[in-house]
Amino acid sequence: MDNSMDPAPLAPEELRRLYRLITAARQLDLAAVAWQRQGIIPGYAPALGQEAAQVGSAFAMDPKRDFIFPTYREMGAALALGVDMTEYMSTHKASWHGGLYDPVRTGFAPIQAVVGGSVLHAVGWAHGQTLNGGTGGVALTYFGDGASSQGDVHEAMNFAGVLKAPVIFFVQNNGWAISLPTEAQVAGGTVAARAAGYGMRAITVDGNDAPAVVSATREAAAHARAGHGPVLIEAMTYRRGPHSTSDDPGRYRSLDEERRDAGPDPVQLLADRLLAGGLADRDFLDAALEEAKDNAERIREGVEALGPRPGTEMFDFVYAEPTEALKAQARAWREESEHV
Amino acid sequence: MQQALNRALAEILAEDPKALVLGEDVGRLGGVFRITDGLQKRFGVDRVMDTPLAESGILGMSVGLAMAGFHPIPEVQFDGFAYPAVNQIITQLARMNYRSRGTLPMPVTLRVPSFGGIRAPEHHGESLEALFAHVPGLKVVSPSSPHEAYHLLRHSVAVPDPVIFMEPKSRYWQKGEVNLGHAGPVEGAKVVRPGRHVTLVAWGAMVARCLQVAELAAEDGIEVEVLDLRWLKPIDAAALAESVGRTRRAVVVHEAPLTSGLGAEVAALITEHCFDTLRAPVGRVTGFDVPYPSGDLEDEYIPNIDRILFGIQRVLEYRRG
Repeated sequence: MDNSMDPAPLAPEELRRLYRLITAARQLDLAAVAWQRQGIIPGYAPALGQEAAQVGSAFAMDPKRDFIFPTYREMGAALALGVDMTEYMSTHKASWHGGLYDPVRTGFAPIQAVVGGSVLHAVGWAHGQTLNGGTGGVALTYFGDGASSQGDVHEAMNFAGVLKAPVIFFVQNNGWAISLPTEAQVAGGTVAARAAGYGMRAITVDGNDAPAVVSATREAAAHARAGHGPVLIEAMTYRRGPHSTSDDPGRYRSLDEERRDAGPDPVQLLADRLLAGGLADRDFLDAALEEAKDNAERIREGVEALGPRPGTEMFDFVYAEPTEALKAQARAWREESEHV
Repeated sequence: MQQALNRALAEILAEDPKALVLGEDVGRLGGVFRITDGLQKRFGVDRVMDTPLAESGILGMSVGLAMAGFHPIPEVQFDGFAYPAVNQIITQLARMNYRSRGTLPMPVTLRVPSFGGIRAPEHHGESLEALFAHVPGLKVVSPSSPHEAYHLLRHSVAVPDPVIFMEPKSRYWQKGEVNLGHAGPVEGAKVVRPGRHVTLVAWGAMVARCLQVAELAAEDGIEVEVLDLRWLKPIDAAALAESVGRTRRAVVVHEAPLTSGLGAEVAALITEHCFDTLRAPVGRVTGFDVPYPSGDLEDEYIPNIDRILFGIQRVLEYRRG
């Protein structure tokens, strides 16, 4: 852990808000796995155990001027940022790749499956803020220990280092890239160790500790906003469940290993802190849990109410200026499908 | 053509404060082909940016810059070095407008010095048009002359979608008039030589070669029409139908390998539109299904005048069995 960091402690009200958010993320995550089992959604990428890393990092950002570049597992970050979660979950409902929310309005780029794919976009967007005369906006890009093997991630870090782009590379090292453990994925032991080679500051943080993640991300954002260049944060987490709802972690690790390696539960950890510090009581925790369950239930209703997308949409967004050939295909599709 | 492209870029940068040129060596050096010569001096290092040597990085950065409201004009130095960027081009650049339901359009023009003909080392001469034309979300264009280079580049940058701009590198030093005041139509194909016996369909460097062929064929009384396809995605099917509807015979000429090349698409479109009037199957004169050969064998690979003349002869002499 980076001991040089001495961030301002979070205010009691912030800690309580953080707790409500990570509880909401936990409940929504558990619910989404259940929805998959119930056939409400075809698939989902669980984030169990990564709530503190996701919620904490997004909590530290300013949605008015910052931009977040997620992968397909940043549900907690989306929730903390205030993205409409029915629109977010629509991607798992198979309504629309990328989700139905508006990335420009929310400051949350479309969900996508290419690991490392959006890390370069964060650098480009961040450099754009510099070119725009310094908007103060910071890009926050997520990737995992698996994606850290991708060439795009290395290219992004090098570009960002050279350009001093205001971008935070937020690695959630959850120990596994589907079936491959970190030690077989990351040479050199940690992703953070690589930052030095790109002339970039690195912070390693306990990814189970939500307030620590908030502080680290605030520190990094301040560094980037001040024009000192990019920062890499490696949050050490653990992917408690499967990689996705179609994965079977029993084929590559035992339940005993899972219990041994997972570390403290981030939600429980924060609850204990709040109680020990006298910042919250049982009633507060119970109310947060109830609120979180209600929230997940409301989102389920929203997701279930999502009808199939109109077929015309398939053609609508391919181009900003569609080609005549594509318009003709859309017309033909409409005529032929109306006869069915 | 080099000067026409340089001038177009200079005007684009002067008129559009959001336009940016980025790539390897585009700044101080002015590009290995000097297409960006003097631009950094005039517009500064922020507008004409020398990047680290990483093609995927250049394209990925361009996607992010477009998300931030810029109009990036990235360059990859040679066609064969677009391959490392293909993931970003296909999974990101081409799809971002779709993925974001139209909220993140990608007005990015990727300039690629393309095709062969300069006896360059391996991977410095490739024909990627079929690869890019196959990808939904991309538009693909290739100019054949200085006039086309100037106007098509200016138009491509104004298109709100990703355009792959394939510059025929063997024609960079070709001289020719540019009518600055009158572009003519900048979309679709263009008849560059009218004729009534057969249509040659070509793009990029092959247009000039087909014009030479037409000149020679005329000595034997064969009137060859040359159609410069220009836009390889979208392909101007109406122009193909119009021309071949009149000449009733067509030969597609391209440098890329035969199998699954763009010639197959052109032939299919002609068949769909002109089946009743065609006098012969659409001919193809192309490169071969081999890796792009070394300089010594390049002239054997790229369709030459004789091979194109044989192609014309085959469709003219075709008799139904």
